[in-house]
Amino acid sequence: MEFKDYYDILGVSRDAGQDDIKRAYRRLARKYHPDVSREEGAEKKFQELGEAYEVLKDPEKRAAYDKFGSNWKHGQDFQPPPDWSDGFEFRGGGFTGAPEGDYSDFFESLFGGRSHGAAGGRTSFKIKGEDQHARIVISLADAYHGTRKTLTLSRGGGQTRNLEVTIPKGVIEGQRIRLEGQGMEGYGGAPAGDLFLEIAFAEDPIFRAEKRDIHMELPVTPWEAALGASITVPTLGGKVQLKIPAGSQGGNKLRLKGKGLSTARRKGDQIVTLRIVVPEPKTEEQKELYRRMAETMPVNPRKKLGV
Amino acid sequence: MTEKGTSITCTVLDEDSRYSFGDLCRLCGVTAEMILDMIDEGLLSPGGRTPAEWSFTAVEIKRVQTTVRLQRDLRVNLPGCALALQLLEELEELRRLYRLR
Repeated sequence: MEFKDYYDILGVSRDAGQDDIKRAYRRLARKYHPDVSREEGAEKKFQELGEAYEVLKDPEKRAAYDKFGSNWKHGQDFQPPPDWSDGFEFRGGGFTGAPEGDYSDFFESLFGGRSHGAAGGRTSFKIKGEDQHARIVISLADAYHGTRKTLTLSRGGGQTRNLEVTIPKGVIEGQRIRLEGQGMEGYGGAPAGDLFLEIAFAEDPIFRAEKRDIHMELPVTPWEAALGASITVPTLGGKVQLKIPAGSQGGNKLRLKGKGLSTARRKGDQIVTLRIVVPEPKTEEQKELYRRMAETMPVNPRKKLGV
Repeated sequence: MTEKGTSITCTVLDEDSRYSFGDLCRLCGVTAEMILDMIDEGLLSPGGRTPAEWSFTAVEIKRVQTTVRLQRDLRVNLPGCALALQLLEELEELRRLYRLR
């Protein structure tokens, strides 16, 4: 079991006053609140903060914790001495106010678990389990076709649970999936909470999604753009033929209907933006070709700029 | 301890999903009064004329859940939650646009 330096987590000194501890907690809680922060690991950090505050805000728990002295380092392997809590009264109670969440093994071995503590033995006490929220990162191809994913959920006390989730086709970024009864367990026979999964997309080298539409850039040669062409284009559903109309310009957008993120009721398109690639002339003959074009097709592309 | 994997059917909260007043309270674990307060604050704007006809969107479910957490974890009051949600939604949109550059 790892030692937790609660003073370090809250960024306060060991002799900090209760007011300093409260202020530090509130400031950091705002910063790392999972609804507010997009920082990597914000949720874990927020849970740690809650745990640290749960101990340090309570003079009894703080005094007991302080008995370990300042020699312990954060993350160090730790076992509490068997008689360490003698003379303190906090076991199985006093958990109020702080955010819900899984406490570490370190906390639970010292102060007992919240869920098994206060409510134990009282049958009239019924509370629906907490909802859980998580983000799941999937590829655009998975969103297009639908997929099955196995999630590993932590359930506190080092327990984990595997859950196989069916993600239907046509989910979009930010959308949520509700898994009824897959949140935290209820107390006293009450139903479990729900699990909400928020969809996020992994970065894709070719495609990017904007709501239901899939965007991509398609490189074409000047003659394909000028004369028109039928070109093979990748989509999330496989290759398709796209007709480039004659007289196309770089930046023009072409729409492939229904090739975006679609469900039975909603259709998304693939939007292809043309990018003209100018071939580099390598031989004298190729350079001559460009010179002939300049002579036979004189044009001022900067006319609109007034130059 | 690891349980054996179980297969679960999922409900997608998409742009076509609509939820009644009762659904919203049950899904978010909040009282009807809390929802009425949020409507007064302009945080929610249900479709339909009477409470029995009200329908709420998936975005509104998220708003209620976020409000509950902000109130519980950060002691933000309702007008503060409304402001925070508005700014968070703007921030989300800006992040999206930034990624599209």
